[in-house]
Amino acid sequence: MHDLIADVFMKHFGNDILSEQTDSAILSLGSDEIAFTTDSFVIDPLFFPGGNIGKLAVCGTINDLAVTGAVPLYLSVSFIIEEGFPMKDLEIIVESLAEEAKKAGVLIVTGDTKVVNKGKCDKLFINTTGVGRISKRDRNISRALDIKPGDLILINGTIGDHGIAVMNARESFNFKSAVVSDCASLNTIIREVLDKTAVKFMRDPTRGGVATVLNELAGKIQLGIVLEESALPLETAVEAMCELLGFDPLHIANEGKVLIVAGKDEGLKVLEIMRENELGTKSAIIGYVVNEYPGRVVLQNQTGGHRIIDSLAGDQLPRIC
Amino acid sequence: MCLAIPAKVISVNGETALVSIEDVEYTASLLLLDDVNPGDFIMLHAGFAIQKVDADEAAETLQLLQEEVKNRPGETAL
Amino acid sequence: MKYIDEYRKKDLILSISEKLKSVSTKEIVLMEVCGGHTMAIHRFGLPSLLPATIRLISGPGCPVCVSPQYFIDKALAFSRIPNVIVTTYGDLIRVPGSTTSLEKERANRSDIRIIYSVLEALTIAKNNPGKSIVFLGIGFETTAPLTAAAILEARKENITNFFVYSAHKIMPPVMKALVEEGVKIDGFIAPGHVSAITGTAIYDNLASECGLGVVVSGFEPVDMMQSILMLTSQIEAGTPKVEVQYQRVVKTNGNKTAQHLLAEVFETRDDSWRGLGVIKESGLKIRKHLSTFDAEQHFEVRVPESFEPKGCICGLILRGLKTPVDCSLFGKKCTPADPVGACMVSGEGTCATYYKYRS
Repeated sequence: MHDLIADVFMKHFGNDILSEQTDSAILSLGSDEIAFTTDSFVIDPLFFPGGNIGKLAVCGTINDLAVTGAVPLYLSVSFIIEEGFPMKDLEIIVESLAEEAKKAGVLIVTGDTKVVNKGKCDKLFINTTGVGRISKRDRNISRALDIKPGDLILINGTIGDHGIAVMNARESFNFKSAVVSDCASLNTIIREVLDKTAVKFMRDPTRGGVATVLNELAGKIQLGIVLEESALPLETAVEAMCELLGFDPLHIANEGKVLIVAGKDEGLKVLEIMRENELGTKSAIIGYVVNEYPGRVVLQNQTGGHRIIDSLAGDQLPRIC
Repeated sequence: MCLAIPAKVISVNGETALVSIEDVEYTASLLLLDDVNPGDFIMLHAGFAIQKVDADEAAETLQLLQEEVKNRPGETAL
Repeated sequence: MKYIDEYRKKDLILSISEKLKSVSTKEIVLMEVCGGHTMAIHRFGLPSLLPATIRLISGPGCPVCVSPQYFIDKALAFSRIPNVIVTTYGDLIRVPGSTTSLEKERANRSDIRIIYSVLEALTIAKNNPGKSIVFLGIGFETTAPLTAAAILEARKENITNFFVYSAHKIMPPVMKALVEEGVKIDGFIAPGHVSAITGTAIYDNLASECGLGVVVSGFEPVDMMQSILMLTSQIEAGTPKVEVQYQRVVKTNGNKTAQHLLAEVFETRDDSWRGLGVIKESGLKIRKHLSTFDAEQHFEVRVPESFEPKGCICGLILRGLKTPVDCSLFGKKCTPADPVGACMVSGEGTCATYYKYRS
């Protein structure tokens, strides 16, 4: 994927804005700035505990705007529907989509629909594009400009829920658990944080999990990041599924989580603010920035040892060995 | 070799047992293990119970190790 | 989690670490021969808790690492037969064959499904009477009995479209081969779950004839540290023997039911281990009277000649004779994202581990 982006897309599209490769692009319109982002959703299965592709399509794009520091305002939605796709299912998905947008206070203002022949797409694909307003104060959050050793890494809750919920719904492994996707729009909780204090960086740990986002960050700032294993919030059922299948929760996708980097004092404030929000009751400080191991992420085990955490190379697969 | 996790037996149904690992439940095959009863712990490997966990042995190992920790004067923090 | 958390307690681990530092005087090399142990050592950061005198090396204990190219190439050939569904444990999906992998072929229209339990393959067979289901049987003595049970269930339920392609292998011959080859090992950390099936007698000759200590270890950090301590103490005292650290799961006689199933369904054959060549009587082949379930008997596939990739020294690494940095492909043509050899494919294989710690 990385090569595709570098070797094909950047090669032909490359410009200064695109080269930043942040979750949302920041565009100037005269003296104002807007954030602009797009995402396509091809998840299988379409329905999973805690949500469906419609809800995901709204949350995903709202979150890409929100973690950039923008206030999400408008969405477009495009559907590519396989011929014969049940109307009943489409209605449920669209209803979820609308409900989530309404809850988040974002308007769906334009869209498109295409129906393709059977076999030409896998049931349903959705693309959402979002636009938001961004202030001068917040416009550099995604660029990680001011991070220093001693800064804190925070997250608003448990990790790995979405990936495990989807996997259980997709595969025939027959595990029964109450794991539910954390799919949620983060614009409100993030706005509460930004209104009351300052942060240095935000990103949502979707595909590739916390490990991938932090590795990218460490690489960008050329400082080290230490994570404390004992501080990582984990649902017991997710922990059990990870043990059973040999997964590392740090590599599993989340859809309702934001990683925040903040100074020591600000970080404590961020924690307090997030814990007041229903999407942040299990917020935690999970690590900190250090001078050592530049560009790497290191996990301090609760057993007393430590190890290096890499980005995810490909999807995790259940193993017997 | 390899990945097996201790799971608690909830109920036994002929050649299968409903087991739980914290809040996760699974129907494990008992084709490799006899004399399994509710309350036992088994090692779950790729869908099968392959051996029982001996609670007494487990307790003994841990107790010996706890004694060691207690008897060490002033633990050096790493 | 019960029987897990207690064996991850920091104070117990650090206490053993302290004791090791005071007991260990000689420079020793300990080999583990189990992918699960390789994972545990790395996951819990154990090397950082050992004195500099103790070096841990990984042997050929991971079914991913030791499946020859030929096995993957043939599995791929099965997947290209019309109406065949290939079912596999996740471990195999990314292993490179000569030209491609199961993962890449899955994207290409082959029906290749990842399963957690071999019994799911039986269900798929029952639900797809018009198709042939080929299960890729990898794993050692922990996993082979599961395949054996599935074959006997298939016979009992008269499922005629279920087939097994066996690459199952057994441990004792390869452990013996390593010693006979003169690989510098001072002791073995023996696989706890293999031993739960086989019992401990299979290691007796390593201690008595080869003078090598063997400790059968569990998989939690306390288990592994305790096993390393037990082995180190044996070596320091010059008293090699077979000991069981994993007493809560491993009985001297193992699991008799599983052993009988193994014996009923499989017989041993000479088998090829990736990077190690052929080891006598080290593989498991489905017995003649059950050959209707043997994929190799049922399907005729032509597999182009397999070749080990040029420059790949996985074999030497698996034997502990070379390290990944000695390999010309390491970190250049062979990386975790794009593995050439088996030692890089497995997330905690020797090469993948070295790659993580590169400066």
